[in-house]
Amino acid sequence: MAGAGGGGCPAGGNDLQWCFSQVKGAVDEDVAEADVISTVEFSHSGDLLATGDKGGRVVIFQREQENKSRPHSRGEYNVYSTFQSHEPEFDYLKSLEIEEKINKIRWLPQQGAARFLLSTNDKTIKLWKISERDKRAEGYNLKDEDGRLRDPLRITALRVPILKPMDLMVEASPRRIFANAHTYHINSISVNSDHETYLSADDLRINLWHLEITDRSFNIVDIKPANMEELTEVITAAEFHPHQCNVLVYSSSKGTIRLCDMRSSALCDRHSKFFEEPEDPSSRSFFSEIISSVSDVKFSHSGRYMMTRDYLSVKVWDLNMESRPVETHQVHEYLRSKLCSLYENDCIFDKFECCWNGSDSAIMTGSYNNFFRMFDRTTWRDVTLEASRENSKPRASLKPRRVCAGGKRKKDEDKAN
Amino acid sequence: MLSKGLKRKREEEEEGKEALAVDTWWLDPGHPAVAQAPPAVASSSLFDLSVLKLHHSLRQSEPDLRHLVLVVNTLRRIQASMAPTAALPPVPSPPTAPSIADNLLASSDAALSASMASLLEDLSHIEGLSQAPQPLVDEGPPGRPTGGAPPSLGALDLLGPATGCLLDDGLEGLFEDIDTSMYDSELWAPASEGHKSSPEDGPGKEEAPELDEAELDYLMDVLVGTQALERPPGPGR
Repeated sequence: MAGAGGGGCPAGGNDLQWCFSQVKGAVDEDVAEADVISTVEFSHSGDLLATGDKGGRVVIFQREQENKSRPHSRGEYNVYSTFQSHEPEFDYLKSLEIEEKINKIRWLPQQGAARFLLSTNDKTIKLWKISERDKRAEGYNLKDEDGRLRDPLRITALRVPILKPMDLMVEASPRRIFANAHTYHINSISVNSDHETYLSADDLRINLWHLEITDRSFNIVDIKPANMEELTEVITAAEFHPHQCNVLVYSSSKGTIRLCDMRSSALCDRHSKFFEEPEDPSSRSFFSEIISSVSDVKFSHSGRYMMTRDYLSVKVWDLNMESRPVETHQVHEYLRSKLCSLYENDCIFDKFECCWNGSDSAIMTGSYNNFFRMFDRTTWRDVTLEASRENSKPRASLKPRRVCAGGKRKKDEDKAN
Repeated sequence: MLSKGLKRKREEEEEGKEALAVDTWWLDPGHPAVAQAPPAVASSSLFDLSVLKLHHSLRQSEPDLRHLVLVVNTLRRIQASMAPTAALPPVPSPPTAPSIADNLLASSDAALSASMASLLEDLSHIEGLSQAPQPLVDEGPPGRPTGGAPPSLGALDLLGPATGCLLDDGLEGLFEDIDTSMYDSELWAPASEGHKSSPEDGPGKEEAPELDEAELDYLMDVLVGTQALERPPGPGR
């Protein structure tokens, strides 16, 4: 629940106002399981927004060019392309069904007219090319206009085909399929800044791929113990550094982050840096490890910081300081006293994502109840907003929400005020 | 839901105190509130809950490794904390999978032995984890339904009243002190790293007139109840 449906615009003073813009997806309250969105990702320029769902489909939205004739369209997003990325598969060897759910989408940096993205389910990564076609060739020699082959004996003259405009067609085609490299479930993919390689991470291993080569990958991290009984930790997320093509980080279920330098050795089982915050003895509980499990890790655009999301908080780390984060932001601290119940109903295992804004001045993450939280790192202020189309009208400012805890919930309006 | 068979009615106490007492049982003995309740009883419930989760996780055709590892580690912590109590035999440290089995064996009584036998059989498959990349696949026939508690788990009711966090429909009551319906007058509030502000705080906060009790209940259900019920057997990846 990390997505936001709003756009920001300065209002009056220095404070950023968030407005509801659009809602995309199912109109009905009754949403089919396959339509549940499992991942979202903007392209680098923000002109394209890709979503993946549990049914293995990818839907790409494109931002409209802002023009003077429709000033209030404010760059709305419309469907650009839809395609089936992954299908359900059956692993006959292990008698297991492989879900088609899209776990992650990552865009490749644009290098031409066509756009490329990587999409992955639990086991297989695919490289998709999305290209526009707005011209077609007419006047072929060997086939006529509907594609049927012409009788060669009837061809008496040669002609040069000419290009004619046609309605815009957006085509998505799978260019590479990277399969059979992961025994466990893929949780992350990350494109390298060299634009040639990318990593894929599952619970126990991280593999390095070349975008052109599908029949082999290089294993760079392997934390699988020789004896699985000794397994105490899994990989939860991994990402390449935005500028240093030899640096990557991966987070663990124990709340630690390891930074690896691929130059130091071929197998990066030994980390170069180890980030872990010492446990606070006053808040220690049986659930300390579970709530410390990192669900997402993201480098800042500058490459100097990274952000981690655990169950209750978001932490910003300076890559030069491993001992503790430089910032800690509480997301929903009111849940800390409910951990036992949240353990009972498995909510404590829920995973949230986080992201930086373009200038690294603010960070955002999701919570329950359709709430999302934004933390301004320069003013050290935060806001809670609700991403709910029931309560939001287009172009209306989102009213900040406040969660109150500690007293009996007041169902009586007078008492609430 | 996983723990349906273990839910108990909460003792009738003042709600806030109960919530505080319940949750502090899991803290170190140094915490002042722990003295209010015998830790052994609460830990036993949490132990059983964790064992249930472990088995449930192992019974999946393809277990979620993260969930499995976190539950096992939590179980180890609980086992370690239960070591000095008279209720259970001393646990060797570090506790490994076979010792969990021993523990279960020792603490089971005649009424539970049948259900325990089947659980132990499954536990022994943990040994098989070292042999193949995903030997957990061997766990039971493929496609065996994993939703819904198996009948044998009902026998665990005999463990005794659970005064921990295990509730029946009182989950809604537990979260009654969290109010997500309020709006904030300040667009950007000064961030506090600690606990969220109490209801007495923040002058001039408004409540949107269109929110009503039905919406509060809906928010409650979304947070804890209904969506948890709809949750698939394996927790979200």
